[in-house]
Amino acid sequence: MIWNDDFETLPREAIESLQLRRLQQTVERVYATVPFYRDIFDRAGVKTKDIKHLEDVKRLPFTLKKDMRDNYPYGLFAVPLEQIVRIHASSGTTGKPTVVGYTKRDIETWTELMARSFFAAGAHKGDVIHNAYGYGLFTGGLGAHYGAERIGASVIPMSGGNTKKQLMIMQDFGSTVLTCTPSYSLFLAEVAAEEGIDIRNLKLKVGILGAEPWSENMRQEIESKLNIKAIDIYGLSEILGPGVGIECIEAQNGLHVWEDHFLLEIIDPDTQEVLPDGVKGELVITTITKEGIPLIRYRTRDITRLTREPCICGRTHARIERLSGRSDDMLIIRGVNVFPSQIESVLFNIKGIEPHYQLLVDREGTLDTLEVLVEVDEQTFSDEVRKLQQLSGQIQKQIKDLLGVTCKVRLVEPKTLARSEGKAQRVIDKRSKNSL
Amino acid sequence: MKVEQISVFIENKSGRLAEVSGVLGEANVNIRALSLADTSDFGILRLIVDNSEKALSVLRDRHFTVNKTEVIGVEVPDSPGGLSSILRILDNNQINVEYMYAFVERSGSNAVIIFRFDNVDQAIAVLLKNGVNIIDGEKITSI
Repeated sequence: MIWNDDFETLPREAIESLQLRRLQQTVERVYATVPFYRDIFDRAGVKTKDIKHLEDVKRLPFTLKKDMRDNYPYGLFAVPLEQIVRIHASSGTTGKPTVVGYTKRDIETWTELMARSFFAAGAHKGDVIHNAYGYGLFTGGLGAHYGAERIGASVIPMSGGNTKKQLMIMQDFGSTVLTCTPSYSLFLAEVAAEEGIDIRNLKLKVGILGAEPWSENMRQEIESKLNIKAIDIYGLSEILGPGVGIECIEAQNGLHVWEDHFLLEIIDPDTQEVLPDGVKGELVITTITKEGIPLIRYRTRDITRLTREPCICGRTHARIERLSGRSDDMLIIRGVNVFPSQIESVLFNIKGIEPHYQLLVDREGTLDTLEVLVEVDEQTFSDEVRKLQQLSGQIQKQIKDLLGVTCKVRLVEPKTLARSEGKAQRVIDKRSKNSL
Repeated sequence: MKVEQISVFIENKSGRLAEVSGVLGEANVNIRALSLADTSDFGILRLIVDNSEKALSVLRDRHFTVNKTEVIGVEVPDSPGGLSSILRILDNNQINVEYMYAFVERSGSNAVIIFRFDNVDQAIAVLLKNGVNIIDGEKITSI
């Protein structure tokens, strides 16, 4: 079923002419209201009237996550603060989060796009939507919540954690749709098995899973263990939150991105050249209806490819392939974005720690694990076990405080972590070998 | 009074202990006493050797993390209750023992126990006042 037939099945030419009009309006507006954009447009020598065709978007400069940080907290907002009705934030790379603001109309757009997404995933009025995305600064919980209410479903605002209670509610309340990260869905299945609950025979029929990369193999595992359809959803807080794109339940083959609100490009992350459809590269998104914080050519760092081929579901919006990696070093651990530089900053602040470290990321059962290897030097070394354990405890706590991720800290002998010529291999991600 | 002890950080992986003793053996350093504290991830090897300076330098050359600490060697009557009487003295005077281990050789008819205290000077004063014999640092490596 399609939520918004008028827009979701627009002919391609109509989508593109709508996009051009909205792009021109956005470009004019950010030039007039956001000093950052006025400045970079001027420096790139591009005028708003130069945007005559959709392809002209490539004359505009990129926006990076760094630009959002440099303009922390409200510098990129295109409206006065009194028009902002909601503020969300995601964890930042140096302690300061990335801040996004929504006008009333932005919330309306987000709600509409989440409603489209729920319908695409096969959820309707009458469904009981068990929303296990975190509520708070993270966009997942509230984003899914508003969309679920819009389609008239009954929403259970579970948020994350407290897995046994989640299972009890799922059983007793008759949840039919689950929204959470893919790894958490498997964790639920695992705990259900331990508790003697037959999760395959609950009323659940669909899982709408996102906020971390996952593989086709993992989809099969989730579908068989929970006896549900597992649908991939895409979003990032900078652009909107969840609901930027979603797979349709009919095809489960690529994620439709709502092109009446977003303009998509795929670029070569090294040369920054725009690549043709079907070629793998970095996804770049321009928001063309956002009021609070419109972004021009935002580099998502997500690696995928684009197709505008018609889909069997009838939607005409372009699809992106399941994400296959990142063009930067960001890790996603249990749904949390982690940059190695954040862990480095924690280590640098602890006196006597060698700036040599390595991150081991793996998946134990269904949950991601992070192990931080730190070299011990003579300044930090003690002949007392207690003092060394205090040190690793301190590192663990500070990482948890900054990132919200629990890690294991392992102290290692100096000079044991490889120093390669040039770039050190800071991260060993064993998950990609097993799953992606 | 005090004895110099060296400690070596050792990851829990095979062959590391053999490597430490090998390095010391090659340098002609003799190990007089040792104790190993271990956790699931790492161990701390504590050693009393006949030439601490040389031991430190050869271990550093081989990229081991080392440091030195002051401990004391105490003569303990080699009979039932011998150790207990000394520990009671320490306890009565609120002296905290960080750790301890036994020396391989005897001093006359007595056993020798190595003690690591937080406050070594205070511990020495208390032990001496109570007539406990502390072995001289120079002497201990030549027992």
